[in-house]
Amino acid sequence: MTNAKPANTSTQKHSSLYKGAIANIPLAISAITYGGVLGVLSAQNGVTWAEMSAMNILMFAGSAQFVMVDMWHTPLSVVAISITVFIINLRYLLIGASLQPVFSGHSLWRKALFMHLVADENWAVTIAEHRKSGTDPFFLLGGGLLLLFAWSSGTLAGNLVGSFINQPEKYALDFAFTAVFAALTLSLWRGKGDVAPWLVSMGLALICEKFLPGKWYIIIGGIGGALVSAFFDHKRKNN
Amino acid sequence: MENHFFIENGLIAILAASIITYMFRFGGLILADRLPQTGPLRYFLDALPGTILVSLVVPSAENAGWQGLIGVAACLGIYAKTKNLLLTMITGVLTVYLIRLFC
Repeated sequence: MTNAKPANTSTQKHSSLYKGAIANIPLAISAITYGGVLGVLSAQNGVTWAEMSAMNILMFAGSAQFVMVDMWHTPLSVVAISITVFIINLRYLLIGASLQPVFSGHSLWRKALFMHLVADENWAVTIAEHRKSGTDPFFLLGGGLLLLFAWSSGTLAGNLVGSFINQPEKYALDFAFTAVFAALTLSLWRGKGDVAPWLVSMGLALICEKFLPGKWYIIIGGIGGALVSAFFDHKRKNN
Repeated sequence: MENHFFIENGLIAILAASIITYMFRFGGLILADRLPQTGPLRYFLDALPGTILVSLVVPSAENAGWQGLIGVAACLGIYAKTKNLLLTMITGVLTVYLIRLFC
């Protein structure tokens, strides 16, 4: 069966939208809990519900929002936040590129509109569906809308609950960030090839954190480690 | 008078971050045919998410002292077993809370 043709009838569009939402339900449940975690952390850092909502709707990017919330102190550096988000969300360039077959034959404005609601979750589900039986951008959008709803519910509920907790250190809530990031880091481990880059990142980050202001250690550590990976992987593949 | 919804520069920072993020999403789709599938740039981009998170987590764990290191070890253990982020966070916080309480 070839479903690769653009969905033209409105029934087809609605059915794709609905199917996309249904397929993303398990991921939406995890987005609610993950959002709840971020919401509590955001309240600890004094992020208001308005700021949280603006991030949810305008940016809609989980890991970048985690880092932004962590950087949310006065004086707020727009440059440091921009560079950090730039680096964290660079991967969307590749995610966007990989969606090309799903969007092929669709109009530019549809591409421009639908791409805003691309997250790791609905992207992965859509790519899998596309390889299995072919799909269209409405499937992607259905998942995106459901995830936006789940993500907003989770983060705002967490933000509301979190603002009632006054002494985070007393309950070790200051450690919540570290705990979540440690787990996320582990999930990104790709194997032995990551040892050298990660060690370099670790060293650079520890040194820069002591001697440079703000969050520059994240940027320098991240770029330094990735450069090592680029160098070694390239050399290995060429031999 | 300051408003109560956004801190100074807050909205500008969110807008800047949002525009950057959108540019990648849309730009990636548009650039699809021109992006390298192999070579150093590709390896660099693939490695980036991991190295960024390492750079983020290691200094903050170090700042939490030896209690923090035990907390991180507990988190890694639970996450490797359950793959559950919420459970991992609760474990980490509870571990550090109990160590601070008794030591």
